[in-house]
Amino acid sequence: MIENKPILRRAAAMVLAGVARAITGVRPIWQGCAPSRRQRIYFANHASHGDFILLSTCLLPEERERTRAVAGADYWRKNRIRHVLARDLLNTVLVERNWVQREQDPMVIMLDALEDGHSLIIFPEGTRNMTDEPLLRFRSGLYNLAFARPDVELVPCWIENMSRVLPKGAFLPVPLLCRVIFGAPVELTPAEDRHAFLDRARQALLELNPEYQRSLNHG
Amino acid sequence: MAETIWLFLGLLGTLTTASAVATALSWKSTRKGDVLPSTLANLNSRIKAWWIMIATISIAFLFGKGGVILLFAFVSFAALREYVTLTHTRRGDHWILLGMFLVIIPVQYYLLWIEWYGMFSIFVPVYCFLAMPALTAISGDTERFLERVSEQQWGIMLSVYCLSHVPALLTLPIPGFEGKGLLLIAFLIATVQGSDVLQYVFGKLFGRNKVAPKISPSKTWEGLIGGVISASLLGAALYWLTPFTPAQAGLMAALACIMGFFGGLVASAIKRDRGVKDWGHMIEGHGGMLDRADSLVFAAPIFFHIVRYFWT
Repeated sequence: MIENKPILRRAAAMVLAGVARAITGVRPIWQGCAPSRRQRIYFANHASHGDFILLSTCLLPEERERTRAVAGADYWRKNRIRHVLARDLLNTVLVERNWVQREQDPMVIMLDALEDGHSLIIFPEGTRNMTDEPLLRFRSGLYNLAFARPDVELVPCWIENMSRVLPKGAFLPVPLLCRVIFGAPVELTPAEDRHAFLDRARQALLELNPEYQRSLNHG
Repeated sequence: MAETIWLFLGLLGTLTTASAVATALSWKSTRKGDVLPSTLANLNSRIKAWWIMIATISIAFLFGKGGVILLFAFVSFAALREYVTLTHTRRGDHWILLGMFLVIIPVQYYLLWIEWYGMFSIFVPVYCFLAMPALTAISGDTERFLERVSEQQWGIMLSVYCLSHVPALLTLPIPGFEGKGLLLIAFLIATVQGSDVLQYVFGKLFGRNKVAPKISPSKTWEGLIGGVISASLLGAALYWLTPFTPAQAGLMAALACIMGFFGGLVASAIKRDRGVKDWGHMIEGHGGMLDRADSLVFAAPIFFHIVRYFWT
């Protein structure tokens, strides 16, 4: 499946990474782990469409190639252009967020992608964060994935500044310097319940935020 | 032009010497299997970056006026990006911020290209000065309004307006110096950057008394005085690049170096306030574009206006 990746998609990925670098000068900070070929789930804060491009730009080329972002089907299937973008160019894993109307179980789709050997990028807040809070409450998908696939590393990634570069609703990005800070992998411990795990994962991500660190130091 | 060739050979010689000395020092300190000290590692990457910077500037010079204007438009872009990253911006500022990059930088450098001096000198301090807060007000977000507006103004003045005075030297009609504007730019860059390097060297060798201990631990009186005096001598020795006599060249170099020192000091104060060590990571060993260009930002407008007043 990965071998058959269309040329177009590969070219799009390269162009996007180049554009992301030119605009944001993005640098990965491998604070809690190193780049690796292990299968991983990268979970990150989400405030902008650019987030997943920025994150995948920071990965090693071969890892970038097999890493797919999980995105909301309701948004990306809304019209044809979005659908083609998401499916053919960005190679996203589309999941239905509204559980009342959905036809396919998001967990099945994500686990299928993991089964195929992909790494995933997921945004556990479930939607782009437009509040003044640095991070929203986590949805439970992250826990379900951790429970189903304990062999896949869960890496928290703090994406810095992207919400200023390309805020929701904006079309043109403002060039600002961005960083992606990769933290130490979070593991589900045997006795841990859903809430405790999600809180701990959220806290691990939050602690990567340099501003959070600064506010701690200032009391 | 014979001057260009001499300048080029001089730079090549200086860089080669620097690389040779650094290589010898590194070899000596790691000969017994020791780890390379961080100062030396930094020196090596600094010198490597100098090769790249001088190659870039040389290529821009080959393309003449257009090349130099494009080069400095890019420097402005990189500097402004580093600056704005450290400021407080809000969602409502999106259009203003875009305008700073997509309108103000191109217009300011286009005005240089068409040599419309009257507009070049007031576009930022008059038109942008008034338009930017007006547009910010229209966006309707009053939170920290004055702070946001002031930071935008400062960024544009520093990264675009002041820096654009380097290529502006090309537009000065100096009698008897026609068509040699590039050499004057080379003189300014060589003395100001030379002064930075010499201040660093003198500071490392003799530095004891800090000029402003609260702002920068690396700026010492010994470095400042040694750097400015030696860079002034360098300037006097480079008088053949300029319309100046050797004495005038030395004085102009001294002035540019002192302004450059203040530029570095102000940049350090901003960085300290924002809790960062460097502006960015664009230039290996040096930090960001502004870490390299901060002295030029302060030196260029003063240098430009003194030349314009006394020599045209």
